[in-house]
Amino acid sequence: MSAMSSNNWSRRSLFRAAAGMAAAGTLAACGSNNGRGGGSGSGKNLVQYFHAYGEAGTEQAIKKYAKAYTKANVTTQWITGDNFEQKLFAALLTDNAPDLFEFHPQIQLVKSGQVADLTDIISPVKDDFNQADIASHTVDGKIYGVRMIDDPQFFFYRPSLFEKAKVKVPTTLEELIEAGEKLTTSKVKGLFLGNDLTPLERPLIWAAGADTLNEKNEIAYHTDAVVDGLKQLRKVFTSGNLLLGAPADWWDPSAITQGLCAIQWCGMWAMPVMQKALGDDIGIFPFPKVGSAGKPSVYNGGWSMFVNAKGKNVDAAKEFVKWLWIDQKEYQEDWSTSYGFHIPPRTSLAASATKLKTGLPAEGVKLFTDYGHFDNIGWTQAMIAAWDDVMANVVRKNGDPEAALDACDKKVNAELKKLFG
Amino acid sequence: MSTTTARGVAQPAPAKVSKDRPRRGLGASSTLNFWLFTGPFLIGLVIFVFVPIGWSIYLSFFEARFTVSPSEFVGFDNYVQILTDADFLHSLVTFTVFAAFIVPATWGLSLGLALLVNRLRFMRAFFRSVFFLPTACSYVAAALIWKMSIFNGVRFGLANTVIGWFGVDNIAWLANPDPPWYWLVIVTVRLWLQSGFYMILFLAALQNIPRELYEAAAIDGAKPGWQTFRHITLPQLRATSTAVILLLLIAAYQAFDEFFNLLKKATWGQPPLVELYKMALGENQNYGVGSAGAVVLTMLICVVTLFQGKIMGFGRGDESK
Repeated sequence: MSAMSSNNWSRRSLFRAAAGMAAAGTLAACGSNNGRGGGSGSGKNLVQYFHAYGEAGTEQAIKKYAKAYTKANVTTQWITGDNFEQKLFAALLTDNAPDLFEFHPQIQLVKSGQVADLTDIISPVKDDFNQADIASHTVDGKIYGVRMIDDPQFFFYRPSLFEKAKVKVPTTLEELIEAGEKLTTSKVKGLFLGNDLTPLERPLIWAAGADTLNEKNEIAYHTDAVVDGLKQLRKVFTSGNLLLGAPADWWDPSAITQGLCAIQWCGMWAMPVMQKALGDDIGIFPFPKVGSAGKPSVYNGGWSMFVNAKGKNVDAAKEFVKWLWIDQKEYQEDWSTSYGFHIPPRTSLAASATKLKTGLPAEGVKLFTDYGHFDNIGWTQAMIAAWDDVMANVVRKNGDPEAALDACDKKVNAELKKLFG
Repeated sequence: MSTTTARGVAQPAPAKVSKDRPRRGLGASSTLNFWLFTGPFLIGLVIFVFVPIGWSIYLSFFEARFTVSPSEFVGFDNYVQILTDADFLHSLVTFTVFAAFIVPATWGLSLGLALLVNRLRFMRAFFRSVFFLPTACSYVAAALIWKMSIFNGVRFGLANTVIGWFGVDNIAWLANPDPPWYWLVIVTVRLWLQSGFYMILFLAALQNIPRELYEAAAIDGAKPGWQTFRHITLPQLRATSTAVILLLLIAAYQAFDEFFNLLKKATWGQPPLVELYKMALGENQNYGVGSAGAVVLTMLICVVTLFQGKIMGFGRGDESK
């Protein structure tokens, strides 16, 4: 009997303990890991989303800036992995959506009412911003995001290997292909254009003298020169001179710093790491022109801060964006030049940033100025995905360029119709 | 202990009476116990399975871009769009190819491992654990290890190092679809991850086969090895094999993690779930068409499962063998 009683008691205890743990777990879940601030400080709780930058110290820097803000508790979700876009889009549909987030200017965010109008906080300093940045964030006269950094992308190369192989800096796509062939050895590939070649899509279009969309928001990429460029890229892909399947993709400098390739497509953010690893043995050049009517191109990527228009704290979020990305010039310069190299979108900051005034960074700024192309706000994620398919089907799978572009046109036109009617 | 109630037999002592009374608490009601233990799971099932399925069916009849609370009814337009979408249709072909590889390969490997482990005279528990351990690994983690360490395209990748010993040039396992080496990467990672689990199922089934069958066969002159395996072991494993194949087929339909992580920005090797993810949660944010695709896929899985059950006799029970 006593044993039975004891068993009964154990089961009850077990049940109670389990129920208690479940309740405690539920309460704990309410209070942690939900992206919200602890609420210990004064003011509102704000959540901001950032993708994981590769440069060391960036996460700590963003959290340091947020901590310095006294009018709200700002929590940072540092999202690792390379599907930041998908995570962000999904989160924006929920009650746990971030109050502010970094992304690229894309019109579908405006049309679907997901981003707040920031014209009032930018207008007073509008003239101090790179005007191309302002234009790429503007729809119907309203500005929907504050640019944090401009990220030019171009080719990095090893001058010592060029000298050894007697190769000159390429000025045409044909010369680039030829250089890749001459620079390839048993251990070093001539070129690294990213594992899926997608970073070259827009530079290729611009270098061929075309554009993604024209002023009327119509397709402008479907030209003979672009078709020729795709065919040439297919030749490079099958030449055996291209580094394929690298453990780290194009945005990471390790392919060139580890001696796996002589030329790599990458961004200016990686310049400090390359200089540290290779010293002076590093140079840059733009995407060379494609066809006789083309001209060199540099992709001016970058990240901007947006406020979730459907969030619960729109005004507080706008106030924080103004404080950090408009008023705090010291933090903006720190963010642009202390980790990787980026060009500050504020012209006054870009002019005064000492680290960008000499040497290779200054060359990067010059390429940005001379050959840079900014994103068109009408060129959306769905259109980018349609062009990813072109690159996959034509260059990697040997499909017919015209057929692939026709299929892309169909998708892009459907998107344009939905966005612009 | 007597439980008789016959007249004249001494009644049990009070303590014994109280012992036979229904106990309070957990033993008080089997209905209560049933709800206590299944209730939380049923609630979870309703919230996380049935409500989303219902919402998905609802969304599939609406124009729902960038929203899950749509207002524009479009009838069957989303179904027409998904059923004429070349990428989605191609994803069904991809699934078929994948299932054709992975189902028999996993079945064969897990059965082979079970036979080997079952025959071990010592360290059986060790090897059983070794083969089962990969089951605990995340598909994402395994896919990244396969992609970045074993099957990367550079000279120091494990696979390229090994083939390099035989004078073979580096292969871009995942970057180049021609030849389609990516299937080797995808199939091996899934084989590594799931064979251990199915091995355990086969092992349990093998240990349930009566030894008398083998002894009787030996007396009748059957040779050990292939002959007994074919005529005794394999037929005895029929129920388990059917269940394993069914589970493998469903798992193949649900394939997502390794494809998503191994074949980024590819137009080949995209199974249905990846296509639907791209359609609904990816760049397109089209929840209406994505939901229509999910409904189509669910119906397809149901039809294939029922068809497979019909052919292989799943659920008929021992009497039908």
